Amino acid sequence: MSAPRESAVRLGVLFPDLLGTYGDGGNALVLAQRLAWRGLGVDVVTVAAGEAAPDSCDLYLVGGGEDGPQVQATRELAESRALHRAVDRGAVVLAVCAGMQILGHRFPDATGADRPGLGLLDCDTVRVDRPRAVGELLTTEASVPDPSGPPGATLDLGVLTGFENHAGRTVPGPGSTPLASVEIGEGNGDGSEGVVCGRVVGTYLHGPVLARNPRLADLLLGWVVGADALTPLDDHEVDDLRTERLRAARSHELAPRRSWRDLLRRS
Amino acid sequence: MESPTTATVGRVSAAVVDERAARITIVARTAEETSPNATATRQMRLGPPATAPLLAVPVTGGQPTGPPVTGSIRLVVSPAHPSPTTGLPTRARLAVATGRAVAGASKLVHFGSGSVIGGRAALLVDRDLLRQLTRARDVVIVSATNGKTTTTRLIGAALGTDRPVVSNSLGANMTPGIVAALGMADPAATAVLEVDERWVEDVLGATGAGTVVLLNLSRDQLDRTQEVRKLAERWRRALTATPPTRVVANADDPLVTWAASAAPEVIWVATGQDWNADAAGCPNCSGRIAFEPGAWRCTGCDLARPTPDVTVDDGGVVLPTGRVPLDLGLPGRVNRVNAAFALATATALGADPSAAAAAAGAVREVAGRYRVATLAGLPVRLLLAKNPAGWHEALDLIAPAPAPVVVAINARIADGHDPSWLWDVAYERLAGRLVVATGERRHDLAVRLRYAGVEHVTVAEITEAVRRAAASPGHVPGAVVDVAANYTAFQEYLDLVGGPR
Repeated sequence: MSAPRESAVRLGVLFPDLLGTYGDGGNALVLAQRLAWRGLGVDVVTVAAGEAAPDSCDLYLVGGGEDGPQVQATRELAESRALHRAVDRGAVVLAVCAGMQILGHRFPDATGADRPGLGLLDCDTVRVDRPRAVGELLTTEASVPDPSGPPGATLDLGVLTGFENHAGRTVPGPGSTPLASVEIGEGNGDGSEGVVCGRVVGTYLHGPVLARNPRLADLLLGWVVGADALTPLDDHEVDDLRTERLRAARSHELAPRRSWRDLLRRS
Repeated sequence: MESPTTATVGRVSAAVVDERAARITIVARTAEETSPNATATRQMRLGPPATAPLLAVPVTGGQPTGPPVTGSIRLVVSPAHPSPTTGLPTRARLAVATGRAVAGASKLVHFGSGSVIGGRAALLVDRDLLRQLTRARDVVIVSATNGKTTTTRLIGAALGTDRPVVSNSLGANMTPGIVAALGMADPAATAVLEVDERWVEDVLGATGAGTVVLLNLSRDQLDRTQEVRKLAERWRRALTATPPTRVVANADDPLVTWAASAAPEVIWVATGQDWNADAAGCPNCSGRIAFEPGAWRCTGCDLARPTPDVTVDDGGVVLPTGRVPLDLGLPGRVNRVNAAFALATATALGADPSAAAAAAGAVREVAGRYRVATLAGLPVRLLLAKNPAGWHEALDLIAPAPAPVVVAINARIADGHDPSWLWDVAYERLAGRLVVATGERRHDLAVRLRYAGVEHVTVAEITEAVRRAAASPGHVPGAVVDVAANYTAFQEYLDLVGGPR
């Protein structure tokens, strides 16, 4: 997997028309540009709802979205099993929010009923009797197991920053590793954030997550093209953004709170 | 108890006891309730926010981070114009008077215009006030994600050609702001009301509006508003529960079409809207909607684009009664569409098409949008764009490259705290010029522009940002610099150039 590549990286963007409510389409742009800036070829394959998902991509992106479209996306991927075949082959997947939920074993639909997920991440998403998690999400130093390294080897990502907005909570199973621990915010709901199984990464971080966390972007790209192919980029503007967001999160500037309008409506 | 003599409302005093503790006491006396030997007093004491939060939070223009305001305020209100409350029950009149008093008090302590807090106080006195204030009027409700303020204004102008009109023209578009506006107005004037997407149910239920105008629904304020499908469901439910005489609705927005089709009579407007990113899933059956130029249909059920009754062309609007030429003062395709909604609405209510078109055409700015003003000694044009669908239209309005542009992004509560929608906007279209990124979330914008391959700089302060834009090689001396801002940034700059008029 880490040998220098001749061919362009094939980037599969799954159902952005169904799962793209929170700007997660930006993750594809970030990956494509970070390849292009390094002179590496990239071929973005956008799969709209109703179209057949290819099983030949190197890296797949599944974004966040609303309850109804989430169910439709799951149905299409469960029927075609294209993503299952790709993952068996070693393809990399980044699944955000609703995308992470549908990649697990089960998730609640709009009525609260359990729906079977795709089973590509060992986790369950459940509905809880707590307010929706909405606000800045900041993790402690994140690391993921190195899928091609010796046992126990990890790849470090620094702290992860983003914005979360979800009702369900996700319970990682024994066959998975959380991406990070939560410093500020809700994340999975048990103090952890995200789920990693091999090269499949799930997270609640929007922002989009790869725009705010370029090391995570390069980790995913490194799994495809080899870390050695990833020459350093000038990320000083992202550093400025991260500094500003970390400060905001730590001063609880955007702590989840109910607006007075919500309160007014209830009275 | 109704009294024919309404001039004397009497004395109303309001005491803000402790703003921070959300405790407020309103004491109001009315002449009608006052006998020579006794004083009737209504006193309400609100508990902590959890139980009665109505007056707990500083509103529009407030300074939540400033020092707490304590102490008491006492004022006497002498109604100058008795007419707005003529014919209303005593309780409603008391409510209106209370609202005005509290609005005045709020103004005194610099919480803003006071219309929202005043409206909330009025509603405390009479929960049914909106119904009372609209019993004797024609009511038009205008709602949408984008364009509701502008379209409300255009409808007001078009209808104003042959009748008195009242509108919540400062954009306070929930029930409190609406009752505040109506409480000041001629009781027979036609009410043209901009209504927040989430408040359509309440306002339609209370007013029994005869006309409902539904423009569009798309993602907005991601962290706060509900999913757009749920909004469409609520609109549909509202139109079923309180059917208006007519709905004027967008035939090119599947979410709006589905909601509006619950109404008995719909005037369909062809908008040519090509922002469809939020409507791929059918609101009726969760199937997939297939779009082609000038048509859309669900692949899973029979929801499809209705045959339009109203269309827009370059120089006019084709109404069911014939084509009306339109020379519009507001720029852009999107405003021709807004004007089409306005003319369709006004002519359905009996206005003369030519007079209505002339009046709508004469509108040059709406609550500061499109205003050309002077900032940092330079001419600037203020544009509001606050979500992807709005930006999609705004990118057509902005002066073409190489003219520089200032883009301002905030993410306060009224903007939504999550600006990740910046990645849904095709900022690539700004290439070939300098973009000056400003506002509190300029760093988010800078990262977006870097990945879009657009030349940019970040500048913290707006006047400096305008100067920086004017210093760029693409700027023609004397040319107007476009400043495109999202909601709270726009309001801030509008205040800098003199506020709404």
